[in-house]
Amino acid sequence: MHIRRALIPAAAVLTAAALVSSCGSDSTGATKDPTSSAPDQASAVALKDGWVKAARTGMTAAFGALTNDSDQEVTIASATSDITGSMELHETVETSDGSMAMQPKKGGFVLAPHGTHTLEPGGDHLMIMDLNQALKPGQTVTITLTMADGSTTDVTATVKRFSGADEHYQNGDPGDDGGDMDMNDMDMGDG
Amino acid sequence: MDESGLSRRHLLQTGAAAFGGAGLGWSVGTLVESEQQLVSPGATAADRTFGAETIAFAGLHQAGVTTSPTTHLSLLGLDLDAGVHRAGLARLMLLWSDDARRLTTGQPALADEDIELAELPARLTVTFGFGPRVVSDLLPAGHGLALAPLPPFRTDRLTNEWGQTDLVVQVCSDDPVALAHGRRVLLKDGRGFAKLRWTQDGFRRSRRAEPDGSTTRNLMGQVDGTVNPSASEANDLVWLSPDDSVRGAGGTFLAVRRIRMHLDKWDRVSRAGKEFTIGRRLDNGAPLTGAEEHDEPDLNATDEHGFPVIDPASHIHRARSKNHAERFLRRAYNYVVPDPGLPAGEDSGLIFLAFARDLTAQFVPIQARLAEQDLLNQWTSAVGSAVYLIPPGVGQTTADAGDFVGSRLLTRA
Repeated sequence: MHIRRALIPAAAVLTAAALVSSCGSDSTGATKDPTSSAPDQASAVALKDGWVKAARTGMTAAFGALTNDSDQEVTIASATSDITGSMELHETVETSDGSMAMQPKKGGFVLAPHGTHTLEPGGDHLMIMDLNQALKPGQTVTITLTMADGSTTDVTATVKRFSGADEHYQNGDPGDDGGDMDMNDMDMGDG
Repeated sequence: MDESGLSRRHLLQTGAAAFGGAGLGWSVGTLVESEQQLVSPGATAADRTFGAETIAFAGLHQAGVTTSPTTHLSLLGLDLDAGVHRAGLARLMLLWSDDARRLTTGQPALADEDIELAELPARLTVTFGFGPRVVSDLLPAGHGLALAPLPPFRTDRLTNEWGQTDLVVQVCSDDPVALAHGRRVLLKDGRGFAKLRWTQDGFRRSRRAEPDGSTTRNLMGQVDGTVNPSASEANDLVWLSPDDSVRGAGGTFLAVRRIRMHLDKWDRVSRAGKEFTIGRRLDNGAPLTGAEEHDEPDLNATDEHGFPVIDPASHIHRARSKNHAERFLRRAYNYVVPDPGLPAGEDSGLIFLAFARDLTAQFVPIQARLAEQDLLNQWTSAVGSAVYLIPPGVGQTTADAGDFVGSRLLTRA
C-alpha cells in the first residue's frame, strides 16, 4: 500500500530525532570557558547505541554512533575511562600487503554538522589499551570524550559479548577471540 | 471495480497522502480510512503485509500477557549458572531488556551484525519471568511476593525434561523468522549467565487465516479458550496491584503446563462422544445447551430422558467454578514435535499458559477440580509444569541502564 509506505519514513525520522535530542545534552560543562559565548563542542556530542566488547584483561574496544547535534563541525580529540589507563582513537586501514591494521586516527574523529560518525568492528573505534578490570557482559561503562576545544562529555556503553567481524587484537588478550569456551569461562558471578 | 478504476483511485490517494505528509494538517485517521477504501475484492493480499507491525515493549506491564496471541511461540526455560547471583542476574536482565526493546521495534540488537533479520518483527513480544528459586533466593527481601510450586495433581505425568527452571523467556511473533532471530539473539546474550534446559515451540492459526479475536482451535479439534477475562477484568484477575507488592505491581504470575494429547486414542471417539466430553459443539464451540460460542452454558438443562445435556463430568462443567474469583487468563499454543518412536510419528499437545495475580487462589482450585474428575483426562496428561513471577514492564522506550525488566525487584530500594 503506497499510502502506508509513505507514512513510515516520516515516523522513523521523528523517532530518530527524538532519540538524538534525548541523549544529546549530557555535557559535563565542567570545562566550559565562561568567557566564550559560543557553546562548547562537547554539548553537541552524544554516543548512540554505545557498546564495548567484553574482555577480562588486555585490550578491547568501544563502538556506537557518535552524533553531532550542532551546526558546527566537531572534533573528538581523545577519550578516557576509569576502566583503563589508556584509550586511543583508532582507524582501520589496509596495509601495503593487503591486510587490515589498526592505527591511531590522526586529527581525531571529525563529526560533520548534524553528522553521525559510526564506530564499528572493522572500522573506526575507541581502543581500550589495557583494562584494569574485567568487563562483564551487561555492565555499563562510562567514557569521557574530550573535544578539540577542550570541552568534555561523558557517554555510556553497554558491555556485550561479541565474536564477529573477524576482530583480533594483538598482545594475547584472552577475551579477544570471543569463542564460546573462552567466554563460558568468564565469571559472571557477583564478585 | 475494474482494474483501471482501482489504480486510478489508488494513484489519486497516493498523491493525496504524499501531499499530506508534507503538511501538518493531514490526520492519520484520514489516511487509514483511505486505505480501508482501497481494500476491495480487486486489491491483492500481497499489499497487506504485517511484518512491520510492532507491539510496544515498554509499559506498566510486560507485553505478551494480555496481548492478543501471535501465531508463533518459543518458550525458553533456562537455569542460572552456578555463581550467578543477584548482580549477575541484573546484568543479564539489562542485556535481555535492551535486546527486546530493540528487536520489538525492528531495530537490530546492540552489537548484532545480522541487522536485516531484525527488520520485520511482525508483532514480536518478549516476556521474561523468574522461577521460585530466583524469587526466594535472589530477589532482595521485602518484595512481599510468594511463588510456590504447584501441588501435585492426580493427572500429572511430569518429566524433568519439561520441569521448573530459574528463568523463562516467552518469545512470540507472527513470523517464524523474526521469532528464530529473536530467540537466537536472546540465547546468545544468555550465554555465560544461564543454560537452556528446554524450548517449547508452539503455534496457533496463521495470521489472517481467520478474523482477529477468533478463539483458536486446539489439535483435538476443539475451539479452545472461549472463557477468558476481558481487558477490564484483567486488572483484578491478572495484574499485581501495589497492595500485593509495591515492587511487583504491574506484574503477574505464570503457570506453564505442557499437556500431551493422546490423539490416537481420541481418534476412536465418535463426534458425539467428543462433544459430550467437552460439553461444547465441535463446529463452532457453542455449549451443548446453546447455539453460539459465547452463549452461557446451562449446566442444569436436561434432555428428554432427564439426563443433563452438559455432563457433570464434562470439561466445561468441571472447569467452571461457582467462585467468580477462580478465573485466570489463558494463552495456549499448540505443539507438535516429531517423534518417530511413537506410533503417530509425533508428539502433539498444548502448551497451556495461565496468567493470574494469584495462582494458588485462582488457578490451583480449577486445576485440582479437573484432575479430580474431567472426562477429557482420558486423552490428555500433563508432562511438564512450571511457575514463574512475571515482573512488571519497563518504563522507558529508550535505553536506560537502570530501567530493565525486574530492575525494581532486583534493586534494593
